[in-house]
Amino acid sequence: MTFGMTAEILARIQFAFTVSFHFIFPAFSIGTASYLAVLNGLWLWKRDPAYLKLFEYWKTIFAVTFGMGVVSGIVMSYQFGTNWSAFSEKAGAIIGPLMGYEVLTAFFLEAGFLGIALFGRKRVGDGLHMFAVVMVAVGTLISATWITSANSWMHTPAGFSIDGNGTFIPEDWWAIIFNPSFPYRLTHTVLAAFLTTAFAVGAVGAWHLLRNGTNRQAQIMFSMAMWMAAVVTPVQIFVGDLHGLNTLEHQPAKIAAMEGHYETHQDGAPLILFGIPDDDAETTHFALEIPKLGSLILTHKLDGAVQGLKEWAKQDRPPAIIPFFSFRIMVGIGFLMLGLGLWSLVSRWRKDLYTSTWLHRAAVVMGPSGFVAVLAGWYTTEVGRQPYTIYGLMRTSDSLSPVEAPAVGTSLLAFIIVYFLVFGAGVFYLLRLMRREPVLDEDHELDKGPHRAAGITPGPAQENPIREGLPNAD
Amino acid sequence: MPIDLPTIWAGIIAFAVLAYVVLDGFDLGVGILFPFFPARKDRDVMTNSIAPVWDGNETWLVLGGGGLMAVFPLVYATVLPALYMPIIAMLLGLIFRGVAFEFRWRTQRASQYWDHGFWIGSTLAGFTQGIALGALVQGIHIADRQYAGGWWDWLTPFSLLTGVAVVVGYALLGACWLNLKTSGDIQARARRLAMITGVLMLVLIGAVSLWSPFINEAYFERWFGWPTAFFSAFVPTLIAACAFALWHGLTTDKHLQPFLAALGLFVLSFVGLGISFYPYIVPGSLTIEEAAAPDSSLQFMLVGALVLVPAILAYTGYAYWVFRGKIDPDEGYH
Repeated sequence: MTFGMTAEILARIQFAFTVSFHFIFPAFSIGTASYLAVLNGLWLWKRDPAYLKLFEYWKTIFAVTFGMGVVSGIVMSYQFGTNWSAFSEKAGAIIGPLMGYEVLTAFFLEAGFLGIALFGRKRVGDGLHMFAVVMVAVGTLISATWITSANSWMHTPAGFSIDGNGTFIPEDWWAIIFNPSFPYRLTHTVLAAFLTTAFAVGAVGAWHLLRNGTNRQAQIMFSMAMWMAAVVTPVQIFVGDLHGLNTLEHQPAKIAAMEGHYETHQDGAPLILFGIPDDDAETTHFALEIPKLGSLILTHKLDGAVQGLKEWAKQDRPPAIIPFFSFRIMVGIGFLMLGLGLWSLVSRWRKDLYTSTWLHRAAVVMGPSGFVAVLAGWYTTEVGRQPYTIYGLMRTSDSLSPVEAPAVGTSLLAFIIVYFLVFGAGVFYLLRLMRREPVLDEDHELDKGPHRAAGITPGPAQENPIREGLPNAD
Repeated sequence: MPIDLPTIWAGIIAFAVLAYVVLDGFDLGVGILFPFFPARKDRDVMTNSIAPVWDGNETWLVLGGGGLMAVFPLVYATVLPALYMPIIAMLLGLIFRGVAFEFRWRTQRASQYWDHGFWIGSTLAGFTQGIALGALVQGIHIADRQYAGGWWDWLTPFSLLTGVAVVVGYALLGACWLNLKTSGDIQARARRLAMITGVLMLVLIGAVSLWSPFINEAYFERWFGWPTAFFSAFVPTLIAACAFALWHGLTTDKHLQPFLAALGLFVLSFVGLGISFYPYIVPGSLTIEEAAAPDSSLQFMLVGALVLVPAILAYTGYAYWVFRGKIDPDEGYH
């Protein structure tokens, strides 16, 4: 089963496929873990059962997402060996310890405290339970740090030497971990994860508000999500710009591909809003350009020089079409996010945040936007690194295992079938969990009758049992 | 035996693999035993007994993989291509069983399908791990720092035997775990299953032990040559002791003892493999010294491992402590 392709192409498709599936789960669980810590903290602080309900509500969704992230991540940790053994052998001494530290400092922390965070509130008490919830959140962030460092090193390698076998030898771990693109990439990635969660949470809140505008839990989650959208999106756009400047410094060919520039512009490059890059003809067809704006964005000068792809030999260039479009998708979504965030601020000021039907509809539509943006950004940077795995030093074609195409093709087919089956079901279950209205336990009894008026919370005398035990299969 | 960085790291990796085998072994074993407990409520209790800890157990597998890449990149880069198909099958099996923990609670209609997935995934993972072990014991053809064998080299009668042996061994661990964590009817059935799988496992340990010296002369020399045979003889003796402790515990209604005895059987089998392998890390092809990463990598990782592994053991132990005792069938975790 080779589908007429070489082992290298099949292995690349397999990696792209498995990592894309994997990436969307942590992108969501990083933000959700922190959100759970905030919700649980608010519950302990204010003892408002709405926060407890929200914690329990998102906890279940987190558990399903986290499980899928774990199993799809184990695949990644072995795929470096099965399909990319030449890369692993040459760069394992550098990439391996970074991932090893991820396991030791993050994965065990998450896994060790996850059971207590999910199931242990009654057994350990509020304080230790809160500690466990925070440890899970911290674990996800530590994990993001190490894996982003490893990935950044492949883009901007530093702190190493190369021996006679062509093996990368670590010389300076500080320089390896804090390689030039790492701080930008880490900030950009973690903020992206937070925004992904914020827009997913906002969509769920909005969806329930459209059905029952008085549901206080839905109001709270919608409000929190819109604060995130309004505050974090501008920061993310700013950080993204810095990340782009860093890329221009270290990987100018990637920028040329993203911008669709084949020619070098010495005195001010235009910004190509839209076009169709053509690597064979070495031109971007149907280019819709704004003069000088490209240089203004990239060099912060109207007539700054911007290199085009023709500066590099053809075999050393990244393919332009994927970075060109994926970058535009990411940026476009970023500005839509900014728009929704600003809209929510206006709506908040006009005091119709919980009643503005159009805002809620827009928020529902924007629910998956974070996932799309994260993947689009990831494709931009990874395809833009081609034709190298370690930028400028090790080619993708030299990184492959001595595998035969049928073996890779068969495993690729198996992964595709299993992933669509398993993760398709998982997404279905997630959507079903999100469809449940977040009602307080007392509300269940009232569900059949008319809905309660807004804003009534149970008095202190009413006990709110912490129920984590009941199976909630439907 | 020189105490240098590669040897220390071989010890740490061996510990991670052993930790994985015994910890994920019992929760994979619970999955392998699913067909013997068809009732939904029994299966709820069984999965609840491992739900809070399985993720941590499986993390040792990630440490084994990631750690191997970090400190023995040559082993990682040659053994995984050699075991391509069993590894892929293991990963797919682990996916099915991993998601089944959550998914089986999320649906009434399809619940039994995820239970099937849990059973088949657990069994497939154990079987392919056993095959991988057998293929490694047989040796892997390496030339010019790359795997140089074919795609079906791993498939031999011997590797199939080790595959079955690991499935049976995991089932024994799972049965002993259920004997420890459950009560009443589930426990009684688990105890019977532990007796059956215990006998089977001893037979299989014997078969594998008698077969492997004839695969590789070095193994034969190690086990039957003088003076090494004097030390190697301790292993079968201790296995006999563990077998007795297992049987005694199961017939006198002990709850913890059979589990510990089954762990002992695994540890001893693992030590036996270590005796066969040393000083090789891939038998016949790569020694520990040859395969090791540069010292700068080994040192950098060792600093972290010496601090973090004990910390991990401490909080993992704490998590087990929090969820100690028998599972209350009425107190589902979900």
